Amino acid sequence: MNGDAALLLLADSRLPAGGHAHSGGVEEAVRRGAVTGAGDLARFLRGRLATAGLVTAALAAAACELAASETAPVAGPGTAPRTGPATGPATGPATGPGTAMDGGGRDGQDGWELGAAHDPGAPPPGDTADTVSLWRRLDAEADARTASPAQREAARLQGRLLLRTARRMWPSAALDTLARAVPEGPHHPVALGAAAASAGCAPRQAALAAAYTSVTGPATAAVRLLGLDPVTVHRLLADLATALDDTARAACASLDDAIPEDDEPEECGHQGPQPGRPPAGHAAEQAAEQAAGHAAGHAVEHAAGHVAGHAAWQARWHARWHALPGHSAPALDLLAEGHLTNPMKLFVS
Amino acid sequence: MTTVTARALIRTEAAGGGRTRLETLRSDPPLTLRQTGPRRVHLVSTGAGPLRGDHLELGVDVAPGTSLEVRSVGATLVLPGLADAPSVMVVRARVGAGATLHFSPEPTVLAAGCAHRLVVRLSLAEDANVFWREEIVFGRHGERPGRGHARFDATVAGRPLLRQDLLVGEETVDDSPAVHGDARCVGSTLIAGPAWAPPAVTDVKRERRAVLGDGWAALPLAGPGVQVCALGADAVQLRVRLRHGEEAATASAPGAPPTGPHRP
Amino acid sequence: MGAYHDDLHDAAEPHGRALRLGIGGPVGSGKTALVAALCRSLGPSLRLAVVTNDIYTTEDADFLRRAGVIDPERILAVQTGCCPHTAIRDDIAANLDAVETLEERFGPLDLVIVESGGDNLTATFSRGLADRQIFVLDVSGGDKVPRKGGPGVTSADLLVVNKTDLAPMVGADLTVMSRDAAAVRDGKPVLFTSIREDRGAHSVAEWATHMVDAWQREHGEPHHHAAHHTARNATEQAAQQAPAS
Ligand SMILES: Nc1nc2c(ncn2[C@@H]2O[C@H](COP(=O)(O)OP(=O)(O)O)[C@@H](O)[C@H]2O)c(=O)[nH]1
Ligand SMILES: [Mg+2]
Repeated sequence: MNGDAALLLLADSRLPAGGHAHSGGVEEAVRRGAVTGAGDLARFLRGRLATAGLVTAALAAAACELAASETAPVAGPGTAPRTGPATGPATGPATGPGTAMDGGGRDGQDGWELGAAHDPGAPPPGDTADTVSLWRRLDAEADARTASPAQREAARLQGRLLLRTARRMWPSAALDTLARAVPEGPHHPVALGAAAASAGCAPRQAALAAAYTSVTGPATAAVRLLGLDPVTVHRLLADLATALDDTARAACASLDDAIPEDDEPEECGHQGPQPGRPPAGHAAEQAAEQAAGHAAGHAVEHAAGHVAGHAAWQARWHARWHALPGHSAPALDLLAEGHLTNPMKLFVS
Repeated sequence: MTTVTARALIRTEAAGGGRTRLETLRSDPPLTLRQTGPRRVHLVSTGAGPLRGDHLELGVDVAPGTSLEVRSVGATLVLPGLADAPSVMVVRARVGAGATLHFSPEPTVLAAGCAHRLVVRLSLAEDANVFWREEIVFGRHGERPGRGHARFDATVAGRPLLRQDLLVGEETVDDSPAVHGDARCVGSTLIAGPAWAPPAVTDVKRERRAVLGDGWAALPLAGPGVQVCALGADAVQLRVRLRHGEEAATASAPGAPPTGPHRP
Repeated sequence: MGAYHDDLHDAAEPHGRALRLGIGGPVGSGKTALVAALCRSLGPSLRLAVVTNDIYTTEDADFLRRAGVIDPERILAVQTGCCPHTAIRDDIAANLDAVETLEERFGPLDLVIVESGGDNLTATFSRGLADRQIFVLDVSGGDKVPRKGGPGVTSADLLVVNKTDLAPMVGADLTVMSRDAAAVRDGKPVLFTSIREDRGAHSVAEWATHMVDAWQREHGEPHHHAAHHTARNATEQAAQQAPAS
């Protein structure tokens, strides 16, 4: 299973997950006269992809990686079953470590595994509460990259709807954990990444689906709102194909930029070391160690004992997400908030 | 090739009776600091730039219970220079428990041909207060901007509050109605502290509402803060819009401590 | 595998929840008027909530709120991005979410009414969204509409022909409409109403009451679901805000 077909299903505008009712700011841009035709729309889509598109792609890749690690078999009892539809041929115990994370990488095509190779891995056995808190943290990272409350609300609504649909299409432990962790609905890219992993996609495929939907929804909305020639608009999307690939690649690369260009000051605040937290600089060390080799990380973790192992493992995931892109688009923020004041709107966002 | 590396530092300490004392004020030209009030410091640029290849770092450490105001005398004009590498400005700020930081330098102007990286890492203790304004002007009058990339990371007790990148002068975002529209400057102000914490949640599906004005919005964050964002045709309009947003943000948290002694 | 099996039925699981009643039909036939009428006559005896799918944002929801027939908080509006039929048939996720949000906030409920955005004669509710559906026509469209059929007319659990007060003015023959409807509807009921004259649409309300009773006999009394969508409680919220351990 290399996830290609699942990727098509996931990115299809007919996926029944509520996407058709979101214009990604286009309705308000049209109302304000900022988008009046194909030329404006092309610039709108290009800018949207370079900002919100990149951010959602990176979050989706991160979520996919996390979900895959949760689904990956761990030693000992309580091993999660392989994800996938109950009827699928791939059902049954996984064949070896890392299977669920391979996605398309197993046949070695074009580096689909990018972004999955160095993640901090499955939890030390025995504690799902840790995974719940990791999902919350990743969702909080999405919050921190979404200043506009209107956009957070739209992202959570879409995430909630996607999660509802995905849990029936691709039931998995990761999706259940995510639903438990963020009951009000995770940000859409977080849900998308988790769904992608459950469908057998790799992080790069999740990123591509996120980047793709970040422009196709607004493009379709513009066709409906402005009566544009649908082929003209699809030509604009075709022109973005290379940028879409690049965005997905950049999103995954950002996951491996786990060490910010300088250490996070939060790790060494005035408060002093907190109970149960890794000491100052720990996360960066762990990140470096992780870059040096996954196996070595595991060895250290085992030696450090159970509790420290958990903390270190969590810190490694956290460190992986600090530096994810947060490209902001002030105009999109203003459009999203302005949209809420429109008494005659057709789209949710 | 002469490039400059400089590290300046401001550190406060509690002086008893709730007063603040400047414990350290270390200039490192071209980053020159002047104390201009009991708890106020101005950045005084000595020399032009930054230029490509320069690496400037400013550390700001506001000790628990103290307060500090940081401003600058004039706008920062980022120039091209000869090096391949971009100029880099890193501001690392920590605000301790119960402390207050007001950071509002004059705008950064990205002159044609420059390549600039601005990195801000702002680490807030649980009940710290901050007012942090950033303004970026896309080139001098009538000129196309150089390239700029500003990254802003704010955390509260280690939790992410706001993480943003802002790109200027890149082909992908220039003239996009989704990003800056036809604006020539962009600005944002983060106002954060316990007074802006989201209310005890009853229904998390409903977000707090933003306050929206002409070209600006005051956006309540998911965490304890509000971000004002604004676009403007010029620096004057940008400042006016940010002020409107800042007032709206302040009004949204009655009883919030003042975010700075006075604003010009 | 078995562990996940329940989820396959998650969305439609009928046990212990409200009956979901879809109201569809062409624009202007009186769907919103019927929702208001049902709220008037059923409000005192049933625990109600309403989801609207306006073409233009919250118009219907606002009308219902102003009409004062139901607590305004119990009405949620879903935007459909220019495609009202998509939202009730092909992609019902947003409507399901709205229904469940109402059940979380106000549950247990007996009846949740979902008004469609108004569409053509082919639009019907997905069985995944509505347990029962009413299709509303009005006489002013001409007395030939029932004969033309279409899935709404033929398959709805109840066909309502509204605005009978206008029949003399538009020259519509109600006996023709009744006969034609019976012919294509295979014995399923048809009711004629004038909501202008009967502000409680009592015949429809009676039918709906029967549906709710039958539903509850079959699937049990509605009870509150501590569903996975329930808002996180304050303790958990606080725990999340605390520093990671
Ligand atoms: N004469 C008459 N007008 C009605 C009746 N029921 C509804 N209307 C009117 O028909 C118009 C459309 O009704 P509405 O409920 O908004 O239709 P909807 O688009 O199907 O929701 C409104 O002006 C109603 O007042 C009726 O029984 N008789
Ligand atoms: Mg209506």
